[in-house]
Amino acid sequence: MNYDIIVVGGGHAGIEASHISAFKGHKTLLITMNKKNIGDMPCNPSIGGTAKGVIVREIDALGGLMGKIADKSHFQIKMLNNSKGPAVRALRAQADKVVYPQNMIKALEETKNLTIKEGQVEDLIIENNQVKGIILDNGEKITSKAVILTTGTYLKANILIGSENTEGGPHGEKRSNHLSDNLKKYGLKIQRLKTGTPQRIKASSIDFSVMKAETGDNELWTFSNDEAASYDPNTQQKCYLLYTNEKTHKIILDNLEKSAMYGGYVTGIGPRYCPSIEDKLVRFKDKERHQLFLEPESLYYDEWYLQGFSTSMPRDIQEKMVHSLKGLEKAIISKYAYAIEYDAIDPLQISPTLESKIISNLFTAGQINGTSGYEEAGGQGIIAGINASLKLENQQPLILKRNDAYIGVLIDDLVTKGTKEPYRMLTSRAEYRLILRHDNADLRLREYAHRVGSITEQQYQNYLTKKNKIKECLEFLKNHKIPNSKEFHEQLIKKSLTIPNTNMTYYNFLKRPEITIKFLSQNFPNLFKKEILEEVEIMIKYEGYIKKTAKEVEKLVKLEAKQIPNDIDYQKIKNLASEARQKLEQIRPLTIAQAMRISGVNPSDISILSIYLKKEYSKNETK
Amino acid sequence: MEDTIVAISTNNIGIGAINIIRMSGKESLNILSEVFSNQKIKNCKSHTIHYGFIIDNNEKIDEVLVSILKAPKTYTKEDIVEINCHGGYAVTNKILELLISKGARLAQPGEFTKRAYLNGRINLLEAESIEDLLESQTENQSALAMNHLTGKTTKLISSLREKLVKLLSNIEVNIDYPEYQDELQITKNNIEPILTEIKKELEVIITESKNGELIKNGIKIAIIGKPNVGKSSLLNALLEREKAIVTNISGTTRDTVEANLIHKGILLNLIDTAGIRKTDDIIEQIGVKKSKQLMQEADIIILVLDNSQKINSEEQKLLNTIEQKNSIIFVNKIDLPPQLELNTKIPIIYGSAFQNKGIEQLKDQIITNFNLDNLNAKDLTYLSNTRQIALAKEALTNINNVIKANQQNIPIDMLTIELKIAWENLGKIIGEYYEEELVDNIFKRFCLGK
Repeated sequence: MNYDIIVVGGGHAGIEASHISAFKGHKTLLITMNKKNIGDMPCNPSIGGTAKGVIVREIDALGGLMGKIADKSHFQIKMLNNSKGPAVRALRAQADKVVYPQNMIKALEETKNLTIKEGQVEDLIIENNQVKGIILDNGEKITSKAVILTTGTYLKANILIGSENTEGGPHGEKRSNHLSDNLKKYGLKIQRLKTGTPQRIKASSIDFSVMKAETGDNELWTFSNDEAASYDPNTQQKCYLLYTNEKTHKIILDNLEKSAMYGGYVTGIGPRYCPSIEDKLVRFKDKERHQLFLEPESLYYDEWYLQGFSTSMPRDIQEKMVHSLKGLEKAIISKYAYAIEYDAIDPLQISPTLESKIISNLFTAGQINGTSGYEEAGGQGIIAGINASLKLENQQPLILKRNDAYIGVLIDDLVTKGTKEPYRMLTSRAEYRLILRHDNADLRLREYAHRVGSITEQQYQNYLTKKNKIKECLEFLKNHKIPNSKEFHEQLIKKSLTIPNTNMTYYNFLKRPEITIKFLSQNFPNLFKKEILEEVEIMIKYEGYIKKTAKEVEKLVKLEAKQIPNDIDYQKIKNLASEARQKLEQIRPLTIAQAMRISGVNPSDISILSIYLKKEYSKNETK
Repeated sequence: MEDTIVAISTNNIGIGAINIIRMSGKESLNILSEVFSNQKIKNCKSHTIHYGFIIDNNEKIDEVLVSILKAPKTYTKEDIVEINCHGGYAVTNKILELLISKGARLAQPGEFTKRAYLNGRINLLEAESIEDLLESQTENQSALAMNHLTGKTTKLISSLREKLVKLLSNIEVNIDYPEYQDELQITKNNIEPILTEIKKELEVIITESKNGELIKNGIKIAIIGKPNVGKSSLLNALLEREKAIVTNISGTTRDTVEANLIHKGILLNLIDTAGIRKTDDIIEQIGVKKSKQLMQEADIIILVLDNSQKINSEEQKLLNTIEQKNSIIFVNKIDLPPQLELNTKIPIIYGSAFQNKGIEQLKDQIITNFNLDNLNAKDLTYLSNTRQIALAKEALTNINNVIKANQQNIPIDMLTIELKIAWENLGKIIGEYYEEELVDNIFKRFCLGK
């Protein structure tokens, strides 16, 4: 068989990559080891969260599936950081681990041009440094014009529980034994990473009455920019908060050397942001307790996820640890916590389009690139899919800048700085987070999506309508004055607000920190949806801050416009510091802005580089 | 790259009589017209020189000559403004800060030359040498910057940054891990004392730095007073004892520093002594006007009053003005029968210039006025260059803005924008700044995750 694009792996990166490639009209094959594990959530039962929730919105704005499917598959959803300001709000949904994959498989099956096949890929067909297809473990060859690797944690995966070390990926699936070795052979650098997942507990064995319940929001929310919410907020499931105690800590510290981590059985580098519980105890000795959460995995089976208790202790110690927790004295552990080690590639060898710098037409996305998280994987998946397609179409690639999207920040960080631990997105990684908001993901990205053809005409129209409505709303607020009525004044007095000058427009009045659009909108005609009002409120209230950020962005955009030619020879540039020369050589940044973000490249190196470029450029001009 | 840059382009600021501030970029003329007495300056012909004043909030800062050089026939091929100022070190710095506050950015070493090349003003051969120059400049610059900072200053700035990064990473953790309620939650109420503390420490650093500048460059002293109160005698009395060198720089419109002496290890510069002599001899009408100019330039003002005379209306005006400034009153001629009645908060020294009485006390009082009595010049902690002081001041402005915004209930995510800028500004002072530092800190300080 011959395909345009082959996507290897049916996780969150592979789904978005294969779906968007097929949507864009390319004959696409999604190859996975086990079809029923497509869209599987092997770790936490949630989609979204701070920063990650915004990525889901971005994937949706670009035409992806994650948001839409999560909307149909959760049993609790809430807006995080409501009180901390608009720039950092994000949605998190507790997604059902049975329903989410089911809905996802259905969506993929309904996607035209997409074939799903089971099989294990062990090698690539490569001719003249260009990928031409894949080779399965049974020797079968399938050809294609481009290949996208989204192999997750399956490359040479080892599962560690205490001193036990078993070969294999999550769910007792087989691991891929040869693909990473073969990639190494082709010149890709392979690094070993580690992550982990906590215990699953039988719901029937948990005493929830001693724990604090955590509920969803009453307000309706969706990740999708196009579809309305379809759930009943009153039927949402609860999660629970519990704590470790002295007894737990003693058990862990007494048995420290039995853990895979402290016993020295692990070689991979684990992420700092999700340390095992033993790590937390060792690093934060004086903390009396640590927070843990119990989250239901699904309505269709009774396992709960014990967030915060990830460990590489042996089973008997895990039993003792879990039983020391209040409410879990009689808990039945249905799955033990484990650490998993796997091979990943060095992301410094991929370009911002997610194409390999070593093998052309080979794209990579998700954990293989050194990231962690469903959302981070999905975000890369859709970009890899779009760029593989655009390459086959001979079109300019889609490279999102740091001021365009969290996905842009993510990919830029990966390909510019590399990573030594699984990379998780945080709002603090985004220097322009005020403009990378939950509410404006479509406003930021739909024009791009329309240009590259990754959304439907309807999706584009939805965006244009929203944009127009925002404009109308702004006009309305600028052109109308607040009422000078007794009722309005009474409303103000009731909220102990001062009565303003009667000549004030809604627009100016809204600038006051204590005035909300929700309060004002009682007084004007019902012309605008909640979503529009909120958008406009942010635009007006934080105008000064947004402008400040925009000014910073302007500087970046100018630097991003200064391109560095592909064929530049850094050896020819006199006076570059040797570290800078080496880094530039390795990363080969596309623009001056990207070069500036490389650690070890100093402002003086940038000056020298700029002067060199200018010189070369004028030489060419005079020729 | 295309923002407007500014720098003092004369070396050894404060030593020569004239300092030149150069500004390049498309906003140069707009920025100038905001601070120049002739606001239509930007419409003037290119390559012309204009006389006027630099004005900040209706206050005249300095009398200057401004050269207007419009693109493209300029050194950088951009619009260039050059301000020749006469006011010496303090005033030149003040003008520089004013231009920065209006939107110009302090130029990096070699940046004008770099622009000259990038804009095609200078040729390849020249550029080759500039590459070398650039490198050496930046290296020297950083070495220099580090040398200028004493270990103690670095520690002070580092500890401030530490406080800021601790606060920032706490906020970031609250934001990125909202479910971890066990961690300290930074709120409108508990952020304020932290910010106030940082603000106070920054203010101390800035004040000490100003003292540092004074020690490095000397205290500029203006002696003012109506004719015949004994200004010249006082000047001579101050100088004679120390056998100071009196220099006359000919051909300049105003000789900034004319005589200096050292008292308790601190350089005292007596400025515009020529003016004093002139006003003593001649034209009464210049008196007050001249004094006002002097007051602008000086770090401290000595008003000389005659013990044997009542205060006249001009003197009363001067008294009112200098009450707002660092000043001392020298009541001269105490050997004559007293007629003077004084009611002021300004420190007063009684003496007789002619008989050399009260002169030592006056010098001591100068030192006291700057709180320099207990300072050991060798162990002085201060930011030694304009760039560093400007950065510290920027950081202080950032912190003040955050405090103000917090009081107005601006949400915490907005506050972090300027907090980060403050932290970056402090980082630039000691040459430490990298983004990863913040993320590293989050994970170092807090305990989170699955």
